[in-house]
Amino acid sequence: MKRNISIFNVTSVVFGLAFLYLPITILVVYSFNASRLVTVWSGWSLAWYRELFSDEAMIAAAWTSLRIAALSATAATVLGTLAAIALTRFGRFRGRVAFSGMIYAPLVMPEVITGLSLLLLFVALNVDRGFWTVVLAHTTLTMCFVTVIVQSRLVDFDRSVEEAAMDLGCPPFKTFVIVTLPLILPAIAAGWMLAFSLSLDDLVIASFTSGPGATTLPMRIYSEVRLGVKPEVNAVCTIMIAVVALGTVTASLMAKRGARRREPAALAAQV
Amino acid sequence: MVAPPPTAAGRGWLTTKVGEMDKPAALLRIENVSKQFGPLTAVDSLSLEIGHGEFFALLGPSGCGKTTLLRMLAGFETPSSGRILLDGEDIVAVPPHRRPINMMFQNYALFPHLTVEGNVAFGLRQERLSRAEIATRVEEMLALVRLKGFNRRRIDHLSGGQRQRVALARSLVKRPRVLLLDEPLAALDKKLRAETQFELMELQRKLGTTFVIVTHDQEEAMIVADRIAVMDRGRLRQVAPPNDIYERPNSRWVAEFIGEVSLIEGALRAGGILDSVFGPLRVPPNQTARGKVWLALRPEKLRLSTTRPEGDLNALSGTVSEIGYRGGVSIYKVRLADQSLIKVALSNSGPSSRLEVSIGATIWVSWPKENGVVLTQ
Amino acid sequence: MRLWQRRAILLFPYAWLLLFFLAPFVIVVKISLSQTAIAQPPYVPVLDVSAGWAGLEGFFSALSLDAYRLLVSDPIYLLSYLKSLTVAAVSTVILLVVGYPIAYGVARSPRHWQPLLVMAVVLPFWTSFLIRVYAWINILQRDGLLNDILMRLHIIAAPQAWLASDTAIYIGMVYSYLPFMVLPLYATLEKIDMTLLEAASDLGCTPLRAFWRVTFPLSVPGITAGVLLCFIPIVGEFVIPDLLGSSESLMIGQTLWTEFFANRDWPVASAIAVTLLGILVAPIMLYERLQRRQLEMFE
Repeated sequence: MKRNISIFNVTSVVFGLAFLYLPITILVVYSFNASRLVTVWSGWSLAWYRELFSDEAMIAAAWTSLRIAALSATAATVLGTLAAIALTRFGRFRGRVAFSGMIYAPLVMPEVITGLSLLLLFVALNVDRGFWTVVLAHTTLTMCFVTVIVQSRLVDFDRSVEEAAMDLGCPPFKTFVIVTLPLILPAIAAGWMLAFSLSLDDLVIASFTSGPGATTLPMRIYSEVRLGVKPEVNAVCTIMIAVVALGTVTASLMAKRGARRREPAALAAQV
Repeated sequence: MVAPPPTAAGRGWLTTKVGEMDKPAALLRIENVSKQFGPLTAVDSLSLEIGHGEFFALLGPSGCGKTTLLRMLAGFETPSSGRILLDGEDIVAVPPHRRPINMMFQNYALFPHLTVEGNVAFGLRQERLSRAEIATRVEEMLALVRLKGFNRRRIDHLSGGQRQRVALARSLVKRPRVLLLDEPLAALDKKLRAETQFELMELQRKLGTTFVIVTHDQEEAMIVADRIAVMDRGRLRQVAPPNDIYERPNSRWVAEFIGEVSLIEGALRAGGILDSVFGPLRVPPNQTARGKVWLALRPEKLRLSTTRPEGDLNALSGTVSEIGYRGGVSIYKVRLADQSLIKVALSNSGPSSRLEVSIGATIWVSWPKENGVVLTQ
Repeated sequence: MRLWQRRAILLFPYAWLLLFFLAPFVIVVKISLSQTAIAQPPYVPVLDVSAGWAGLEGFFSALSLDAYRLLVSDPIYLLSYLKSLTVAAVSTVILLVVGYPIAYGVARSPRHWQPLLVMAVVLPFWTSFLIRVYAWINILQRDGLLNDILMRLHIIAAPQAWLASDTAIYIGMVYSYLPFMVLPLYATLEKIDMTLLEAASDLGCTPLRAFWRVTFPLSVPGITAGVLLCFIPIVGEFVIPDLLGSSESLMIGQTLWTEFFANRDWPVASAIAVTLLGILVAPIMLYERLQRRQLEMFE
């Protein structure tokens, strides 16, 4: 079927993308503005980046966030992949409905509820709040996203490849390790990336579960933003956008090599 | 593998059905229609007439442009040039939803969110007919395709054959001037396909609607159609009733595409004699061509014998190379003096079935001169 | 796989979720029933298991509905819930109206463009939520870009207060949640067999009618998923109303935040959370069922 490039379709896509990208673009441009005022453009400048890199509290917060994100994303990827395997390959086991409920509910659960309930758990268990409690909280939240991504790949997966391996004498577990795992690796990598960026992004859950000495970057940005627009914050955001953009492009190139044309549907199934 | 084509005698009923002599007046006229997709020419200045009440088949290998032609008739593609006339009116500019032409899609394209009834009534609802009228026409149509009582059934609860009939009912219920069928039976298994072919013909005769079917299955085209257009690379190779196409193909290409054939090259000279590597062979009388031609021989029109046959026959000797048993017939491949193979089909119920030969045996292939066809291209 | 292998695979994520997702809710419920007066842990009552039946009895008799009584008696909370539901409903409708044409446009674009366009829609979703909301402050603040442009175009004479309004909240919600609406819609629209539209056209539908009779009904699963994915989190949204909205009427997420961080009233914050969960449990279950159905279709 030929696809007519209709004016309506082009217009809606162009307007949609403009709406999505214009505010971010403006933010990036103004991070290079010499003036403190948004409305006044007084030439290109890296002043705010210099100021940013001398802001030790901000740098410390960024470092904390990166460590939390890396740790929680790794843990979430392991747990999330195991959960995806259980959901797609184990048929109807006992407790499956409860399990899938616990996987899907966190995806839509308001963050204030998740944050508050995790905090109360840590208090009840008498755990000191700080770096590690945020890691645990973020692992819980992001593992469900990993599950959804990996599961959508496993569902697409041509089972006959596994059957062929077993037919050639490979036992089931080994088949999984040497055939299935390499094939779903792009999805697992994408899951890790998503978990990483979600963790880096989260303000609400971190605010609840963090303690003294473990201020994350969003918490720091939030406290700055509450006091109004600051060009330094524009600079921080620009750096974060650049990192995420770079990461996403790399990841999608990686996924493209693995998944080829199934990509749009798989991406769409992520959310 | 292509199944052996039906014998000429076996299809006598079809000739009576068609009435080849009185060609019906044209309903659809396709005039110099071309369709380009970028650098690719899918249909190449093609002209064709299809008559009232005809069952017409577009036959050709995949990629020959037959589906593109069908989609231009339906209105889904616009010709790059040329005209398509329905009852003398150019319909090229008419969008598909205003054409009195309906199509049955290859994958049926049934609406998964509607019931059987919802699918069949879909087109009538667009005509804003009264509820009662829609209901009666849907009932009539469901009865016609033997789906009475399936009204409320969901599409995904139907078998392949039932879906095919829903699709047929949906496109026929609008009483189109022309029904287009795009590989309508391709998704059915062989047995069901054979049954459905006869159902389609019966339905077409009952309704008198013009059917245009696209198929790559030559056997199917020969069974159902009154006339066949053989297409290749966007052009028409031959347009004729099935038995003409089979018995009197106009080219080696058509002869080889339809059924099985063995070709002997040679030079034609006066007196109905073909000079070939096997020496002079007699051909049917009244040949006008001269020079290099090919003699086409259908397997079932040849005979085999262990000794040189008597009488006024062309005869070539060779050795049996392979014997393939196919139930009703057996196929013998005979290696001739020039090392080429010639195929002979022998009925397993006829007198020749008692032929006792084994592979490697010397054998004679013979035929009366009128059983060959001279092809000039 | 052998049974023990299956069990091992299942055990870790299952145990993790039981401990860090389900158990906390039980604690939230328990705290919400605790005495408001005591703002520091450990909360009264404490379940003393060693005291046996007496301990259990003591525990239950000491549970208090004070926090819930407060929620019902003070209209602030009720208004807060209502505001959240209204904002979520209106935002979701706007998202659907804005997101559908985008998803449709992407799904009908040439095949080889689609991965790129989908990625373009997803990319902002990978950048920080906070950044995306913050970007709008740049635009909407009093000496921001929007006022500047409107004044240059002589549409308005004096700077308008765009920030701290419901308009700003809606802009922020639509902006932040747009990918969540577009992607599920795209996923269903992309799967619709184009020959169905040809069939509709063949049977006499104009393109517009074909859309309403075929495309739209077939995209209902995507609409449901998109609506749930947006509506549920928006009800509990905190960052967007906090940064873009006014402080006059709070959404429930903000109220919970305030009770917890400013008033340090943990039982009331918990009661708010429990009630919010009660409101959202039906849509969450619907969403879960939808996801599970989709998965089971492949089995």
